[in-house]
Amino acid sequence: MGSITLKNVSKVFGAHAVIPSIDLDINDGEFVVFVGPSGCGKSTLLRLIAGLEDVSDGAIVIDGKNATELPPAKRGLSMVFQSYALYPHMSVRANIAFPLKMAGEDKAVIDKKVADAARVLNLTDYLDRKPRQLSGGQRQRVAIGRAIVRQPEAFLFDEPLSNLDAALRVNMRLEISQLHQQLKTTMIYVTHDQVEAMTMADKIVVLNRGRIEQVGSPLDLYHRPDNLFVAGFIGSPKMNFISGSQAAGHQAHTIGIRPEHLVLSKDHGTWQGTVGVAEHLGSDTFLHVNADAIGTLTARVSGDFAVTHGDRVFLTPDPQRLHKFDEKGLAIR
Amino acid sequence: MATLHTRSAARLMIAPSVLLLLAWMIVPLALTIYFSLLRYNLLMPGMEEFAGLTNYTYFLTDPAFFQAVFNTLAIVLGVLFITVVGGIGLALLLDQPMFGQGIVRILVIAPFLIMPTVAALVWKNMFMNPVNGLFAWLAKLVGLQPFDFLANAPLFSIILIVAWQWLPFATLILLTALQSLDEEQKEAAQMDGAGAWSRFIYLVLPHLSRAITVVILIQTIFLLSVFAEILVTTNGGPGTQSTNLTFLVYAQALLQFDVGGASAGGIIAVILANIVAFFLMRMIGKTLEA
Ligand SMILES: Nc1ncnc2c1ncn2[C@@H]1O[C@H](COP(=O)(O)OP(=O)(O)OP(=O)(O)O)[C@@H](O)[C@H]1O
Ligand SMILES: [Mg+2]
Repeated sequence: MGSITLKNVSKVFGAHAVIPSIDLDINDGEFVVFVGPSGCGKSTLLRLIAGLEDVSDGAIVIDGKNATELPPAKRGLSMVFQSYALYPHMSVRANIAFPLKMAGEDKAVIDKKVADAARVLNLTDYLDRKPRQLSGGQRQRVAIGRAIVRQPEAFLFDEPLSNLDAALRVNMRLEISQLHQQLKTTMIYVTHDQVEAMTMADKIVVLNRGRIEQVGSPLDLYHRPDNLFVAGFIGSPKMNFISGSQAAGHQAHTIGIRPEHLVLSKDHGTWQGTVGVAEHLGSDTFLHVNADAIGTLTARVSGDFAVTHGDRVFLTPDPQRLHKFDEKGLAIR
Repeated sequence: MATLHTRSAARLMIAPSVLLLLAWMIVPLALTIYFSLLRYNLLMPGMEEFAGLTNYTYFLTDPAFFQAVFNTLAIVLGVLFITVVGGIGLALLLDQPMFGQGIVRILVIAPFLIMPTVAALVWKNMFMNPVNGLFAWLAKLVGLQPFDFLANAPLFSIILIVAWQWLPFATLILLTALQSLDEEQKEAAQMDGAGAWSRFIYLVLPHLSRAITVVILIQTIFLLSVFAEILVTTNGGPGTQSTNLTFLVYAQALLQFDVGGASAGGIIAVILANIVAFFLMRMIGKTLEA
């Protein structure tokens, strides 16, 4: 069904190699998230898979067939764009029906499929409206509706939630995950938000400057990052990195410890420091501590640990959770 | 203009210019109506007298009048058809990335910058002339008899010349509209399986509808009063075959020195233009609102 394989895929714009060379396997039914900082080539990679850009080299295999030279429509993929890209002069109904109409389906079949999609996405009451009469979340659902009616081999999402407010984003995140449970279709989802990546993915692909840094399940990446980049990118707040003599004591060039793996105490511990800023979230508190001779460390403590700016605290890293990296930034295990 | 307050404030602000424009329009109109009711011939100065509606009956029963109405409409519709269809085609071509895009675009705009009289003369003498013209030369090259455009198809020739002048305008407006079409929409349609033709019909054409409306509206205003091209090329002839309303009024006033008759013709032209405007607004007002 919807398995996708990239073999040695590269993309060059002019003299600028945006994607040097990528190999990747995506299994049928998987929810894969491409994540990485802005400009790292996530959208480009997705557009290569969609066929909206030609590959400079390499091959794309979809469902066992070489699709490298196929036009977008023939690849059996659907895409949800960041701007939604709804057709503004068509009603919601016509928007959702458009791919079916282009495929030459029967009027009755189209009506039934559109009604089904509208029901799944809670759009039944809005079918006769124009896109501009809808809220952002509703537009998003129309875009998804247009993608699902065709029953594609796989869905491609390019930062579909970035135009929504925080509350709606959490909601839609859940809805897309539920949709994936229902349809069990392969989904490739691009985001630069590591929370979206962690919560939704079966498999995360971390990209940096057009290269794959690591592929794995969310918890895999969290517990066993391969290198400094992945360690710093996955997890919020960011992992603390310490180099110099402290790291040398652990036979490493750099050591990393996540904020949630630092144990705080008011009277004893490995490192000592002064509390700079305390961010109270209620359940948790993020402490930015200026540790003596180390630098700023972020620590995550329970909400009832009472400290304020200027207090002296002691921090102890959990030795089981300490990450060690060599001078090339690769993890030492 | 969201609130009642801003709306009335806006009215107050606009009032002076509206009044000025109204006076600007009313005075000449009133004078023309006044003249149209007089027997007023420039060859007989000082002999003006009230003539009632004679001028109107005279103008309306003139066989040249119906020919002129028909010619006016033919020019407007003919030119609109050629410029809109041609403009869409050219805009689609110019939107493609190509070598020397800037220069090609300037070349396409050029006809619009040429004065109507000059353009008409160039067409008359360099293209359509049955002896020296380019078309005649081309015809002879393939062994055909040269065709005397201005004598045998005067109206068609004028439509061609005027369309040539207005094509750049239509192309330019449609091109800018085309460039504002969201790239992601085109890509979405591509993913949805729409071919080039379907994308044109379902995406590009609806997107252009507003620009097409603007082109039709503006051009109609100017095309109703085409004059220089006729004067320079055919002088309304042969006979009255290429006389439009504007030219008929001119002939009445300045060739027959009949100011009264010409004024009546002018008023009739205004009424006809308003009828056209009424239908135009009904037809396309909806597109502009949407
Ligand atoms: N058509 C193009 N021509 C030239 N360079 C391009 C083109 N499209 C993208 N690039 C370059 O390729 C790189 C990757 O772009 P891409 O859009 O894939 O980034 P991204 O990871 O999606 O970033 P973001 O999170 O900001 O959307 C960027 O440096 C960009 O400047
Ligand atoms: Mg992007």
